[in-house]
Amino acid sequence: MTTIEPVPVVEPQRQGRTFADGLRNALPKIVLAPSFAVILVFVYGFILWTVYLSFTTSRILPVYKWGGFDAYFRLWSQPNWYVAMQNLAIFGVLYIGICIALGLFIAILMDQRIRAEGVLRPIFLYPMALSFVVTGTAWKWFLNPGLGLENTMHHLGWESFRFDWLVNPKMAIYTVVIAGVWQASGFVMAMFLAGLRGIDGEIVKAAQIDGASNVAIYRRIIIPLLRPVFLSAFIVLAHMAIKSYDLVIALTGGGPGNATELPSTFMYSYTFTRNQMNVGSASAVMMLMGITAIIVPYLYSELREKKQ
Amino acid sequence: MSAANETISAGSARTARYFIYAALIILAVVYLLPLYVMLTTSLKPLDEIRGGDMLALPREPSIAAWVRAWGEACIGVSCVGIKGYFWNSIKMVVPAVIISTLLGALNGYVLTKWRFPGHKIVFGMMLFACFIPFQAVLIPMARLLGLMGLSNSTTGLVMVHVIYGLGFTTLFFRNYYEAFPDELVKAAMIDGAGFFRIFWRILLPSSGPIIVVTIIYQFTNIWNDFLFGVSFAGGEASPMTVALNNLVSSSTGVKEYNVDMAAAVFAALPTLFVYIVAGRYFVRGLMAGAVKG
Repeated sequence: MTTIEPVPVVEPQRQGRTFADGLRNALPKIVLAPSFAVILVFVYGFILWTVYLSFTTSRILPVYKWGGFDAYFRLWSQPNWYVAMQNLAIFGVLYIGICIALGLFIAILMDQRIRAEGVLRPIFLYPMALSFVVTGTAWKWFLNPGLGLENTMHHLGWESFRFDWLVNPKMAIYTVVIAGVWQASGFVMAMFLAGLRGIDGEIVKAAQIDGASNVAIYRRIIIPLLRPVFLSAFIVLAHMAIKSYDLVIALTGGGPGNATELPSTFMYSYTFTRNQMNVGSASAVMMLMGITAIIVPYLYSELREKKQ
Repeated sequence: MSAANETISAGSARTARYFIYAALIILAVVYLLPLYVMLTTSLKPLDEIRGGDMLALPREPSIAAWVRAWGEACIGVSCVGIKGYFWNSIKMVVPAVIISTLLGALNGYVLTKWRFPGHKIVFGMMLFACFIPFQAVLIPMARLLGLMGLSNSTTGLVMVHVIYGLGFTTLFFRNYYEAFPDELVKAAMIDGAGFFRIFWRILLPSSGPIIVVTIIYQFTNIWNDFLFGVSFAGGEASPMTVALNNLVSSSTGVKEYNVDMAAAVFAALPTLFVYIVAGRYFVRGLMAGAVKG
């Protein structure tokens, strides 16, 4: 974030006390007010509403009878919720880890004065322009056990090749990881590439003169300098992982069975199809707490840092 | 940064470059594969799909599946294709993008050039709103839309997308106007120009790039949205993404993979088109939205 210094652009107004002057002074605030009010009501007000619902006995429709922590007890005694949390852990760790590793790897390759960079960059990045539903649909077909990748390998002569992850409850969550990585890793690559381009060439030159090998230069100098990019990438990916909904729905529908349940799909089904709105609200509150724990410290440090 | 290192002999440097190009080309092929398969499958007749290899080019390319997906495919009980849902998405995206961009520009202008005590808190609160999981507002919003008689309507979706897009559009314009010289604004004030005049005559004419970035970002996000669409607009009013999912996941009748893929191509086309035409701005928007300026 750029400077936060309050630049008092607005001159302290002269003592004009007419209504028109007052209106003119208040005009900027009047312009901003509707947006801010909308955010207050529809974001913060609605969050409070959801929190309140999680303490009620709401089932199919919202009711406002106090139910205490009942919904939270029920949430944390649902085997389904544990499946969702476990899947989020698996998905989150692999998705973030692989995206960052692959993104950094491609970015480093791309930074070697590649001739066709203008052609390659858009190829790695285009999945980010697609909707998760399209991505899920495409990968669902690509990994189709009967007609997809498995069949292709058989055609290529590898008869014993088996790839049934999409319908295998133990492996289905990894197909979500694959599709997710395919979609987001190019974006992470672009972030790292921007970071690499921002590094001062003099430092690298100095190291080269000292006889450091390329690998050493990357390990000891360049990658440590990319720390802020690692942090940004982590924050972006972590919050995308927690919010992931469309991709799972399109790819596996949360199945087979509940094998790819995530907190987001759990929230939706408990609220809208299983008629346990208080439990659904409680799970939404959990998701919000997860995201808040990641985002708020980050935003806070970003806003403070730049102040100095 | 240069990879060429004087201490490495010419031979091994060349080997390294072969490795780099080989790795990049393989990766590029892998990234392109799903799109390639989606396109070729949509151009094949069904028996060729069932009998053949997914990676093979269509022997007799035909756009029959595209025609079916657009005008005949069954979504739910009605078999009129996805065209209606495609238009739903357009009718939702256009007003939502215009309104949220306009408001974002004004907000960014106020938050940088007409600062007031507490402007930082206001901005911080709007910024956080970008990141909340929408599950936390889903039930109240469904309730409110119901009370307003806007459930299952495109108008309702426009409203929702404007509201939850405001954080991002404000962020974009605020960070852009932050770098805009205050002196110009001051000079205009001394000349007696008012709030809107300064915005209209001085800020807006130089806002081209950020307007493009914001429009593309909002367009992509709103077109690609699924959660709001599926929660607030089922049935006839569904946007494209929801209709696509309904089409693909319906289990009745013969599974027409080519029609599914053609529908997926239709859903992907607008954002891909924007990406191809204005990729640079698209990436800038992603970066600004992610690293948040």
